Amino acid sequence: MKKINLLLGISAFSTMAFLYLPLMAVAFFSVNDSKYGLEWKGFTLDWYTKLFENELILHAAWNTLVLALVSTLVSTFLGTILAIGMDRFPWPRKMNAAFDMIMHLPVIIPDIIFAAAMVVAFGFLRTLAPVFDPGLLNMIIAHITFQTAFVALVVRSRLAGIGKEIEEAARDLYADTTYMLMKVTLPLLTPGIVAGAMLAFTLSLDDFVISFFTAGPDSITLPLYIYAAVRRVVTPQIHALSTLVLLVTIILVICMERITRRVNKK
Amino acid sequence: MDKLIIWYGELISGQKLLKRGLFFLVPGMLWLILFLVLPGLILVLVSFAGRGDYGNLVWEFSFDNYTRLIGYGLFGWTLDYVYILLRSVWVAVVTTGLSVLLSYPLCFYIARKPLRTRYLWLTVVIIPFWTNMVIRAYAWFLILAPELPFAKLAAFLKLIPPGAPLYPSALAVYLGMISMFLPFVALPLFSSVERLDWTLVEAAQDLYASNFRIFMHAILPQTLPGLSVGIILTIVPAMGMFVVPDLLGGAKYMLVGNLIQQQFGASRDYAFGAAISMALMILTLFSLYMYKRKNKGIDLI
Repeated sequence: MKKINLLLGISAFSTMAFLYLPLMAVAFFSVNDSKYGLEWKGFTLDWYTKLFENELILHAAWNTLVLALVSTLVSTFLGTILAIGMDRFPWPRKMNAAFDMIMHLPVIIPDIIFAAAMVVAFGFLRTLAPVFDPGLLNMIIAHITFQTAFVALVVRSRLAGIGKEIEEAARDLYADTTYMLMKVTLPLLTPGIVAGAMLAFTLSLDDFVISFFTAGPDSITLPLYIYAAVRRVVTPQIHALSTLVLLVTIILVICMERITRRVNKK
Repeated sequence: MDKLIIWYGELISGQKLLKRGLFFLVPGMLWLILFLVLPGLILVLVSFAGRGDYGNLVWEFSFDNYTRLIGYGLFGWTLDYVYILLRSVWVAVVTTGLSVLLSYPLCFYIARKPLRTRYLWLTVVIIPFWTNMVIRAYAWFLILAPELPFAKLAAFLKLIPPGAPLYPSALAVYLGMISMFLPFVALPLFSSVERLDWTLVEAAQDLYASNFRIFMHAILPQTLPGLSVGIILTIVPAMGMFVVPDLLGGAKYMLVGNLIQQQFGASRDYAFGAAISMALMILTLFSLYMYKRKNKGIDLI
């Protein structure tokens, strides 16, 4: 048994090293005082301060944030009412099956096919209205689409968990539809809605492929910027930018853990 | 007269309930139909169209894109595209298999930690899961550079010429893919491992089962729910992966994701791109179907 424990430990640690070594290398070289090459020339934070002077990067960060916030807000709203509409009404079984299939489409379809479908669809819409030129609007619409499905899935599973008794009790006490929704259903659903919104937000930040296919020249996001830079030439600034994004991710993950644990306790 | 029904403790006419239900359902459903179902159907149609001289779509329906995909081109018959498709499936399967192999020890190791450190370890696995793919692929790009020990070691062993990086290569693609998808397997698997009933393992030990049989009969069936979620979460996106083969494989190890991107980017051949997407979709559905069928068998046992 001891031997197995030792093997488990070694294997676990090497797997972790395998996941983290590349990321740590990026962080390491982001504080290296050398413009070219990968030789250690001393510690510096210059690359970080230079990030904040780079107009392109600031603009990309702004785009990333706008895209994530707007799409999360809209998709949380759409996904929540969609989940209520699906779960709380007596739809015929065939319709329910159809809804279910549509909701699972973004889970089953590989990103790249969804992105390709978006390119083609926006190509048609463009002939109707020039608003649909590649750009931030297209990206927001595409993100809302897959996020809505994910939010609806998360909220619906929470709705099923609540059961119908409490709402029936509210009805027995003469609550009308609006009152019941605001004072009973939505407060009970809050953990599900928060979890769905956080999932939507991180999915948006995490996305590369769909943004890559629908972005225009003015709507570059941070992942797109990094990708383009890697294809051209890697500068220490890119190391610094990646490290910063990684740090933000770590902070977000820790916050998310805290929130979900607190919400679940309630 | 419309019939009255009791729904959630409320006496209501069917028509009124229908109206209210539609009020909740329509905005979200309409959005999904407009921007998900319709574009999907258009993509199917486009896969039968042709390409004009300037990369525009020409609406002459034919199977040309599909015959081109299975190898009939202007210059005779080649299996290049079929080869890329098969390679994508192969890479996805190998990636999933190796991720599972690495995830088991990791999950058991974490599950045996005391509660406090267990959550810390779990967070450590979740962080790469949520880190942007481009950054993680680029991190591999950096660590395989010629100046760093890995490429130097390979050069010392005469595997690559000195001063060359380890990318673009099949090895780099596999390294990138496995590190990308390992958390996708490990996290769902962990939720199963955490709930494992260890008394069954002890019973197997009491009956002098070998380690292999303990795993096959006492551990694997119990962890199957988490494992199957992990496999689905990995194999579907792995087949259509674009960033990793693009940055780490280049032209040397092309996968179907790059092929699709090429059609929508440089080649501007939307119709052919749509046809390749359909092929990828069929492969995805086929693997989901195979998997479902296989799992049913396991459930019966």
